[in-house]
Amino acid sequence: MYSEKVMEEFKKPKNMGKIKNPDAIAEVGNPICGDMMKVYLKVKDNKIEDVKVETFGCVSAIATSSKATEMIKGKTLDEALKLTEKEVADALDGLPPIKMHCSVLAVKAIKKAIEDYKKKQLCRNDL
Amino acid sequence: MIAVDKIYLDNAATTQIDEKVLEEMQRVALENYGNASSLHSLGQNALEELEKAREKTAKLLGCKASEIYFTSGGSESNNTAIKGAAGKKLIVSAVEHPSIIKTAEFLKENRREVVFAPVDEKGIIKLEELKKEITSETALVSVMHANNEIGSIQPVKEIAELCGEKVLFHSDMVQTAGKLEIDLHKLNADLASVSGHKFYGPKGNGVLYIKEDTKLDALIHGGGQENKMRSGTENIPGIAGFSKALELAYKNRETEMQRQEKIRDKIIQSLLEIKKSKLNGHEKQRLSNNVNFSFFGVEGEALITMLDFEGIQASTGSACSSKSLKISHVLKAIGLDHIWAHGSLRISLGKNNSEKEVEVALEKIPEVIEKLRKMSSVKI
Repeated sequence: MYSEKVMEEFKKPKNMGKIKNPDAIAEVGNPICGDMMKVYLKVKDNKIEDVKVETFGCVSAIATSSKATEMIKGKTLDEALKLTEKEVADALDGLPPIKMHCSVLAVKAIKKAIEDYKKKQLCRNDL
Repeated sequence: MIAVDKIYLDNAATTQIDEKVLEEMQRVALENYGNASSLHSLGQNALEELEKAREKTAKLLGCKASEIYFTSGGSESNNTAIKGAAGKKLIVSAVEHPSIIKTAEFLKENRREVVFAPVDEKGIIKLEELKKEITSETALVSVMHANNEIGSIQPVKEIAELCGEKVLFHSDMVQTAGKLEIDLHKLNADLASVSGHKFYGPKGNGVLYIKEDTKLDALIHGGGQENKMRSGTENIPGIAGFSKALELAYKNRETEMQRQEKIRDKIIQSLLEIKKSKLNGHEKQRLSNNVNFSFFGVEGEALITMLDFEGIQASTGSACSSKSLKISHVLKAIGLDHIWAHGSLRISLGKNNSEKEVEVALEKIPEVIEKLRKMSSVKI
């Protein structure tokens, strides 16, 4: 059902866990669909210095969480915002059609976290 | 048993065929390969094998040989029973196998009245509510002998009594044949389904029991085999294998079930030690080989896959593992909330499982759960 790359990523997922005092947090998903992700960001000079993710979900949810966070680590915020679901799925040699929403979720979580960060920055600048 | 480097704990899904069964099938396939409808001696020899298997099966299930109809398995037997019973209203329990649930939904779409009878939080049918639903318009009630996911055993005797003489009572006995004692006449069931591959028989072979004088339409029409109830050239090697497997299962049933029950209870005790875990289904009124647990904050498909890395083969009712991305209707019917239902694990034992294997599995399962919980955004 899953590609070898998905299985490899699932076997050794990267960036799993929390960041203490993160610059941004975002949570996506819901218990009904069964996938929930929480992304933590550490940002320095407009770049993603560190990213961690906690995932409650299936094999592809964990694999896409791992892959997507790998793909944005070290990137600028604007670069990271350009990440697409297709890029994540392609990097894993594709996902079964029914599991595509897992890649959507990973990308959504990252984007939400970056937006959260930007909003916080705006507030800070306003002060 | 041919050794495979895996710990197979998914015997409710299917079992490894018994070598003695395979030998019997090979013998019949090579020696008596005729068509049982042919008049020549090879045909008649095949017919003899067929009737021998029917006699044997009937004896083991407590009915007459003429009441045994060979089918391609549980799904066909269930479809025939549900679709074949004429009449306005059907009642099926909410925890039936998909081959009943989906068939009932299909009939509902085609303007039949269908009621899904509720179960309690342990998965046992609510007899009072079932009783209320049985009216003069009810044609058939279908309640499984034991549930395939959570192992709860239904009070089929009481249900048969509720149905009385006017309402047909069908029971899907796919999970209990060879495991529980079955006496169809004593039970007074009208219809019952059995599948061979659940008790070390071949896949693609099953039985539908139809009590004498029960009016039922055929599902497959054609050459009129199986007393016009199931056309198509009989798979006699498969049928011989089926009856052989059933015979072997009943030969050693009591000792084997006691052995599995002991292992089952050990697994339950051990898994209850895991934080935020719960047993699904009934504690006592349960199949000797079934364990179904939920672990909070863990998703079932990920759990099954990680156990597979460790060589352990088990199953889950999680939504992510299903083709529809919906949680199992059984876990829903017993009222599990989504997070708990996603974290379900089914272990189903079989005759080839050793205590040693189970010990290995019981060491690995908590480790894997711990690993997944560490990654999870749902904290316990």
